[in-house]
Amino acid sequence: MFKDVTLGQYYQADSVIHRLDPRVKLAGTFLYMISLFVFNNIICYLVSAILLTAVIILCKIPVGYMLKGLRAVLFIMVFAVVFNVLFTEGDTLFEFWIFHVSLKGIKLALLMVIRLFLLIVSASIMTLTTTPNRLTDGLEMLFRPLKIFKVPVHEFAMMMSIALRFIPILSEEADKIVKAQTARGAKFDSKKLTDRVKSLIPLIVPLFISAFRRAADLALAMEARGYHGGDGRTKLYPLKYAARDYVSYIVLLLYILVIVFLGITFSKLAQVLILYFANTDFGNVLTWLFN
Amino acid sequence: MPITADHLTYVYGGNKKLKTTAVDDISVSIDDGQFIGLIGHTGSGKTTFLQLLAGLIKPESGTVLIDGEDIFAKNFDLHSIRGKVGIVFQYPEHQLFEETVFKDVCYGPKNLGLSREEIESRANEALRLVGIDEAIFSQSPFELSGGQKRRVAIAGVISMKPKILILDEPTAGLDPAGRKEILGLVSDLCREQKMTIILVSHSMDDVAEYADRILVINDGKLAIDATPREVFNHKEELESFGLSLPQVTKAMVRLKESGIPVNTDAITVDEALNEILRVIK
Repeated sequence: MFKDVTLGQYYQADSVIHRLDPRVKLAGTFLYMISLFVFNNIICYLVSAILLTAVIILCKIPVGYMLKGLRAVLFIMVFAVVFNVLFTEGDTLFEFWIFHVSLKGIKLALLMVIRLFLLIVSASIMTLTTTPNRLTDGLEMLFRPLKIFKVPVHEFAMMMSIALRFIPILSEEADKIVKAQTARGAKFDSKKLTDRVKSLIPLIVPLFISAFRRAADLALAMEARGYHGGDGRTKLYPLKYAARDYVSYIVLLLYILVIVFLGITFSKLAQVLILYFANTDFGNVLTWLFN
Repeated sequence: MPITADHLTYVYGGNKKLKTTAVDDISVSIDDGQFIGLIGHTGSGKTTFLQLLAGLIKPESGTVLIDGEDIFAKNFDLHSIRGKVGIVFQYPEHQLFEETVFKDVCYGPKNLGLSREEIESRANEALRLVGIDEAIFSQSPFELSGGQKRRVAIAGVISMKPKILILDEPTAGLDPAGRKEILGLVSDLCREQKMTIILVSHSMDDVAEYADRILVINDGKLAIDATPREVFNHKEELESFGLSLPQVTKAMVRLKESGIPVNTDAITVDEALNEILRVIK
């Protein structure tokens, strides 16, 4: 039932990207995503796509596996495309009923799909190549300065790593309960929606109870082993930057410089390119894309 | 209503590297009213086998026949066997969800589409069978003790009046008195209600005492299918599967080793007692 979710699950492999410090990956993904939102034009996306392709090649995760995780968000993508195509005002290409399809709409939809694709793939590469533990370690280190403002950074990080740890446990538990209730005649795979909604309560109530029971047990076990929060707690594997991490930061910096430069000079650049290819088919395509 | 496994095979893990055959070509036929003990080492495929028998997962190959009908055939409605094959999972109390004990036991019969009176009379009967007092029918199942919860959960399955009742370690985590109660109940269901029982247990003593026939599963394969006395004659074979003899049989073996001429085929405490009395007389 929950086995198809590959988005966000760690994928074991031996690659540079896997070995990178989680702080680099977190900062990189964050800046990368911001760059996708700030500069909304095709040239910047091209540069972003090149960087992402390089990372995909380096991380040694089968592309098919990575794309399988995208199925979960396919619906959102289709939704965005349909709405952008059908409801964007502009030079109407053709219209029917309340819809009008315009070139501008198609262009917006295209940009939207590229952006969503880059966003989701970049985010999933981070989680695919970083174990949840390292991820929370990285977050804790990055947000440590907030402690000055009395933000319980360590506690948040601990909560997050526990939550992540519980996902497979609870999904296994859910699977068991589904089987037990199916044996008692619940219709989880019925085609009738009412049957399926009715069978949710016998699943959700035991699942919640089990989650609470496990949480209580875990809290007790942690306290019994002397856990008392973040103060004075040391790490078994402290995060330490290596040469590859500094190189990554430099690559990231270069990427941002290039993107910012391209983003600022985009309109001028576009004009130059259009002029250069003027009166050719390619020129016409460029005119459409850039305006 | 005989139940037959026909070359049943089940494989876990879609990924080629991680594939493990949990149930490997098991063929076995179980007649009405039999009390079957199913034993095997942890991870031997017992639970998977039970889930296949109950039609909860689909086999890779082979099939299960209930009353001669293939339950995995394309046009077979699996929902129709829910009232015939009952399965009590490990820690069944984890599936309780209703506000009251009585309502929870009614859940199964309700799903069978029975009339209101029938549902309530079945729930009453099932709760009486497992020895739950009427005073706690309207309590929340979550307020009960561990043993009571377990019995309510079992009542929830019995109330569906299955012809075949499958139990996956129903005594796990209970104290000795609780174990005895549950096993006595299961034995009564077999003798008095004529249910076919398939009981998984880690306790050799329990299966030795109650089962008519024992199936030993090792590494997904059906290794031994015989009466308890025959099974516990295969000491070395059982040990190679990570299983052992019942405690009393072990004790008898030790007695014999220390020079007392007892027969070592006693598998229950009563048999052992008679045998020792016979020897010392």
